[in-house]
Amino acid sequence: MKPPTDTDTLPSPAATENPVVGIDQSAGNFQYDVAYEFDAGTGLNENTVRYISSVKKEAPWILEFRLKALQKFMSMPMPTHWATKDLENIDFQKIRYYLASGQKPKRTWDEVPDDIKKTFERLGIPEQERKFLAGVEAQFDSEAAYSNVKELVAKQGVIFMNSTEALREHPELFRKFFGKVIPTGDNKFSALNSAVFSGGSFIYVPKGVKVAQPLQAYFRINAENFGQFERTLIIADEGAELTYMEGCTAPKFSTSTLHSAVVELVALKGAKIQYITVQNWANNVFNLVTKRGVAHEDAEIKWIDCNIGSRLTMKYPGVVLKGERARGEVISIALANDGQHQDTGAKMIHAANNTTSNIVAKSISVGQGRSTYRGVVHIPKHLKGCKNNTECDALLINTNSRTDTYPAITVRGDRNYVQHEASVSKVNEEMIFYMQQRGLTEGQAMSLAVNGFINDLARQFPMEYSVELKRLIDLEMEGSVG
Amino acid sequence: MSVSAPLSASSALGVFTAEAFAAHLASLPPSLPAWWIARKRAAYERFAALPMPSRGDEAWRFSNLSGLTLDGFTLPAAATSVPHAPIGIQKVAKLVFANGRLFSREALSADLVARGVVVDTLQNALVQHEAVVREHLLAQPPKLGSAKFSALHEAFLTDGAFIYVPKGVQLEQPVGVFSYALGATAAIFPHTLVVAGENARVTIVEYFGSANDTEAQLAVGANDLYAGHGAQITYIGKQDWSHRALSFQSNSTVVRRDARVQSLNLHLGARQARHESLSQLAAPGAFSEMLALTVAETDQEFDQRTLQIHQAPNTKSDLLYKNALRGTARTIFSGLIVVDPDAQKTDAYQSNRNLMLSEDAEANSLPGLEIQANDVRCTHGATSSRIDPEQEFYLQSRGIAKEAADELLTFGFFEEVLNRLTDDHLHEALRVLIQTKFKK
Repeated sequence: MKPPTDTDTLPSPAATENPVVGIDQSAGNFQYDVAYEFDAGTGLNENTVRYISSVKKEAPWILEFRLKALQKFMSMPMPTHWATKDLENIDFQKIRYYLASGQKPKRTWDEVPDDIKKTFERLGIPEQERKFLAGVEAQFDSEAAYSNVKELVAKQGVIFMNSTEALREHPELFRKFFGKVIPTGDNKFSALNSAVFSGGSFIYVPKGVKVAQPLQAYFRINAENFGQFERTLIIADEGAELTYMEGCTAPKFSTSTLHSAVVELVALKGAKIQYITVQNWANNVFNLVTKRGVAHEDAEIKWIDCNIGSRLTMKYPGVVLKGERARGEVISIALANDGQHQDTGAKMIHAANNTTSNIVAKSISVGQGRSTYRGVVHIPKHLKGCKNNTECDALLINTNSRTDTYPAITVRGDRNYVQHEASVSKVNEEMIFYMQQRGLTEGQAMSLAVNGFINDLARQFPMEYSVELKRLIDLEMEGSVG
Repeated sequence: MSVSAPLSASSALGVFTAEAFAAHLASLPPSLPAWWIARKRAAYERFAALPMPSRGDEAWRFSNLSGLTLDGFTLPAAATSVPHAPIGIQKVAKLVFANGRLFSREALSADLVARGVVVDTLQNALVQHEAVVREHLLAQPPKLGSAKFSALHEAFLTDGAFIYVPKGVQLEQPVGVFSYALGATAAIFPHTLVVAGENARVTIVEYFGSANDTEAQLAVGANDLYAGHGAQITYIGKQDWSHRALSFQSNSTVVRRDARVQSLNLHLGARQARHESLSQLAAPGAFSEMLALTVAETDQEFDQRTLQIHQAPNTKSDLLYKNALRGTARTIFSGLIVVDPDAQKTDAYQSNRNLMLSEDAEANSLPGLEIQANDVRCTHGATSSRIDPEQEFYLQSRGIAKEAADELLTFGFFEEVLNRLTDDHLHEALRVLIQTKFKK
């Protein structure tokens, strides 16, 4: 399917029928019965970890790594002295930590079982995959059920596979970078992920290779009380370039689920990585994710992060600017509706001279939704020529919407420059009035105004994502006025 | 995220043991009301029960916790003389405290006394204006992390200033309050309580100082400012403790309907100074302007925490905190604007500017917002940078030497804050004070 060319025009009634991907996304409330061949049961202890490791036929060092991480997880307190008390509602003993439908990652579409295809079809993967994408790593529960790397990409020497597979096939490469960007004990949830991780992507782009088209992975949770713990590791060798996209959609469940991924990026000298996320978990999901990249000399890492779903998201993509002239950027969009708390932000750790970082965060709180920006900018001693720019803007739609901003900025020395600005406002009434006067309903006008608020950020997404984003905002804004 | 080992009981109390507290109570005049003594006892209980701030305590993030010792101090004897610290402004009345006791005073004119204005010691006011003092003295619970030190202040508070301006009375000149810590290990607990009635107007200039910059003293101070309907309070605080002193200051302001409070704190002294400022905008039309200027040098640490709470619709607050950092100095600015649900039409601003003048200085900014109403205008900003090279170049191109240009630009940096003062005499006096300090 082709994206429309007139996305900037006013929405017509037909636009709500989603001409773009041809799927009615409001039909997201479905769930297929899947016979889970491997199931670690509920609860977490040493046996769970040993079970996961043995099912995956892992090398002894990985099991050791997992067990150490488990100990770390058990010993660390919940970070509720600064974070929301909602975290205390997670019952770690009621969660399933490993589940796989037993398939090995598949290479071609025909090999994928029919019932899983059916789920993917609802997500619109087949059309998109064939028409737009270089490769798809579609994850179904803990294991990748479908994986396809286009010949072109493989010919360039790019490795793109499930991280479980990568651990078997490229142990040397994996081990060299694994857990180096985000140490096990970075926080309680990175420790949890390190203990029970399963699935996720592994990408290696060789020296000088520029991957022309974005690589994509779709994720989906499909079991009650089941947490997903992907582990993604992306390495761009010297001068390599890559864009990676992940999007999530999940069926709605009655009890809470936990999603706690760890994503590590390594951009070696002169490399560029762009990592795009559209997060749209169901409203009962705790989404507690640790994402960080290391940018070496002249390298660039850019996180484009969009959070629309989940009950509570805590995610602060970070860049460690390790080499001179490295550049880090976080573009963040958050939309919090009733019952949702989007606690997002960014971390920029400057560790070399002449490094620059940029953070632009925009959040929208609808109904009783709460959005929070939390950030760290750190410029330590004896660095010079470092610059950071941070902008966070919050839009409050209803009288009882809530937004918070908690940045932390540390600068040492007189040769660096840091600026931070934040603003909170509501939608301009005159703007709404003007649009209503031109024949739009209040809802349409509000939707348009909100889309306008994030437009300069949304434009940075690839076309199909920004169109989908616009649609999601339209949906969220429905019923928020009047 | 690890939590440091709990401190032993002795270091959590320091020299402020139960015996020291009993001796302090025994030293107070017997005329003080019983409720006040009971409150002091309760405060001591809280002080003793609360732990010292520890790592992982969000209200103390970035603070140098190892510097927060309560050991090695003494409750000093009365002073025989005080240093001369001219502020260079005319005053309607003046109170000078040394080591927590009234040292000297310049009384109000008979006319103002007749109109009901009171400038007196807290000890006298506790007896003569009991109801007003009881209602306002330390009535706002600490919200910025220093509960332990606020309790210590209340427990050991000996005497302080009480300023009451009744309805409709406007004082043309400031009231001066001076507090000195004298002696090598002196621990003092200064307090100033200001109550301005409906449409009253008053300016208070407060000075905190030591005899020299080498004495390792402790100052645990607080003030309460209450602006009644339509009242205007201007508060200037100049903190110039010994450079080896440890200072905690907790200021609380309540602004009622259509009242306006402007406070400007100058931070110059102490080895480590924690300053907490709470502004509560309690009724529509209230306006609080919070200003601060800090000159941080050598190894000083200035830890400023602010909270602007908008409790009613149509209120306004404006905060501007500027720090100039030299040597290996550290500053921490942690500010929070809270807009309560239903506090619509709030207009809140918060700005922290750090001027980095050395390679080893460190500035930490935590500008925060918690907004629960949608029809508001809230912005904040924080910057940390050196002198703008373009401005420097411009001045140099006009024939001004680099050093002189930097000095001019630094004074210009301070001037933005001083310009907010409407009183030209005060403005001039403070400008001279800062420039003297800066050139020292």
